Amino acid sequence: MSQQTQRVERELTMSRAMVEAIATEMRDDDEVFYMGEDVADYGGIFDSTEGLREEFGYDRVMDVPISETAYIGAAVGAAQMGMRPIAELMFVDFFGVAMDQIYNQLAKNTYMSGGNVSVPMVLTTAVGGTYNDAAQHSQTLYGTFAHVPGMKVVVPSTAYEAKGLMHNAIRDDDPVVYMFHKRLMGIGWMPAPDGPKTPVPETDYTIPFGSADVKREGDDVTVVTLGLHVHRALEAAENLADDGTSVEVLDLRSLVPLDTDTIVESVEKTGNLVVVDEDYRSFGVTGEIVASVADEALGALDAVERVAVPDVPIPYSRPLENEVVPNVGDIEAAVERIQ
Amino acid sequence: MYVDMVTARHYEERLQEEYLEGKQPAFDISAGPIPGELHLAAGHEASGAGVCQHLRDDDAVTAPHRPHHVAIAKGVDLKRMTAEIFGRETGLGKGKGGHMHLFDPDVNFACSGIIAQGCPPAAGAALAAKKRNTDSVAVAFLGEGAIDQGGFLESLNFAAVRDLPVVFVIEDNDWAISMPKDRVTDVENGSRRAGGFDMPGVRVDHDDAVAIYEAAGEAIGRARDRNGPTLLEVQVHRRMGHFMGDPQSYRPERDQDAALARDSIERLAADLRAHGVDDDELDELREDAHKRVEEAIAWAKDQPEPEPGAAHEDVFVNPGSGVTDSEPEFELAGGDD
Repeated sequence: MSQQTQRVERELTMSRAMVEAIATEMRDDDEVFYMGEDVADYGGIFDSTEGLREEFGYDRVMDVPISETAYIGAAVGAAQMGMRPIAELMFVDFFGVAMDQIYNQLAKNTYMSGGNVSVPMVLTTAVGGTYNDAAQHSQTLYGTFAHVPGMKVVVPSTAYEAKGLMHNAIRDDDPVVYMFHKRLMGIGWMPAPDGPKTPVPETDYTIPFGSADVKREGDDVTVVTLGLHVHRALEAAENLADDGTSVEVLDLRSLVPLDTDTIVESVEKTGNLVVVDEDYRSFGVTGEIVASVADEALGALDAVERVAVPDVPIPYSRPLENEVVPNVGDIEAAVERIQ
Repeated sequence: MYVDMVTARHYEERLQEEYLEGKQPAFDISAGPIPGELHLAAGHEASGAGVCQHLRDDDAVTAPHRPHHVAIAKGVDLKRMTAEIFGRETGLGKGKGGHMHLFDPDVNFACSGIIAQGCPPAAGAALAAKKRNTDSVAVAFLGEGAIDQGGFLESLNFAAVRDLPVVFVIEDNDWAISMPKDRVTDVENGSRRAGGFDMPGVRVDHDDAVAIYEAAGEAIGRARDRNGPTLLEVQVHRRMGHFMGDPQSYRPERDQDAALARDSIERLAADLRAHGVDDDELDELREDAHKRVEEAIAWAKDQPEPEPGAAHEDVFVNPGSGVTDSEPEFELAGGDD
């Protein structure tokens, strides 16, 4: 560390860090505003807007009708007029009712206009399971959003990432889908694991998209993951270290763009790749990462494992959900199989 | 208004000729100088002209898949629009959008190929105007087949509850592709949908540009004066198929004949004559409009096709990394690294 490097002690939960970035941008730019269901008085069901209404009022922190097509589409329209709206989709699982505005308008208007129109908006959305909310409220759908071209897709794993990625998302002239994992937010009624609460600089800062972060260095196996599973992978790596296996953990931080370089660099060192994802196995993140590495560095790959939700909807009952959502043991087992 | 209408009519007739080149006698959608589908708006001219007459460049318009008459009336660059329809490099979207996806930010015009999905962005443009405290307005055009779509109904409510300066214009041409209106909705007068949202709803029953102009003036004035949204339905007619190549076998001949007889351009010409405009003047206006169309088409056909490599550009306007490509260094207390 150079002498100029600022030492940071202050710790925040992920939700506080996310809100801090939004509040800072709203103070700096009158054109930034937030729309969503229960985002004003409630402060966001998952604390994503806690305190914003008190500072900025109802005109800039807007509760909206339960009409995702209308308000997400209105965000597209306001963004095309040059404003910087943030629209929140309460659960990512609700995407279906508004998918035309997301897939066909938000994502494609820039391209269809030959770059003459931009859509500088952020679509925030809560993702993930682990609290028994069943098939319509527990998905991550990372692959669904990363699949269609035209949206940048980011997934913070810690408070530090949550703030820096949000600053970049709001300032970006392109649409950014910001997928925050409920379990990481630090909500009182859904305790977070150790890890997402981190020191967060008080100054504003931007984390570039497409820059995966090496969360733990290792020599034997590369584990690539994102969101909640960064923390599960780190725990697995810690356990495996006791047995003498050195695991490198990569936090993707964004799916679009995908930082293939950092993944390939790690795999060229370890030769072994485990991809861990809380989304469905087929046609998703795990397959894409493996294919990307195969494209770039097939020769460096000795072995590959995928850990993801087997292709079933997320079940309700605790033992059933625990069976399908990858846990620390599943990651350890995959690393051991590959060794 | 008359100039916009005769421009739009001649434009559609000429595009029909160009489009069918190479596609006859056997219709082959992949042949000829104009790529893709083509939804022409002959018979809709009074709507675009009557409404857009009240609009300025800073007012936003979204149009549906049948957009040309609205684009012309909104003042979209005709040459670049035509080049886009021909898929050329100098088109509005560099050949990436096509005739259903025309964007001209200079006059805040956009259209979308998905039914009713222009309504939410129009409400959003109106929201932006309201937040910025300007007197700009927004107008969403849609067909009568779109009035049962969620995107339309949600937008009516969103606009009503937020008092947004937006006007929704239903162009009722009686047909949703092959489906006559009375077989899909029990509401003969689509503007009655407004009642459910406590919003004014107005219908103009005839293909009458002057009546549309007057009704639109009131609705847009209401929006500009910050008195909230209006739902306006205007009767138009479809002189051609849903898309070029549509055999229209579902459509009774008498319905087609009736559509051809209800010519809003002739009606407006008669009104103008009654107000003392003579035939020579009308001829001159029409000839000038035709000339402008011919020039635009000739210019467009003379433009180069895009380089194939350009297909890889314009997904984003900023770099993929966003506004930064490097991360500042912090020393986070207690971190592993």
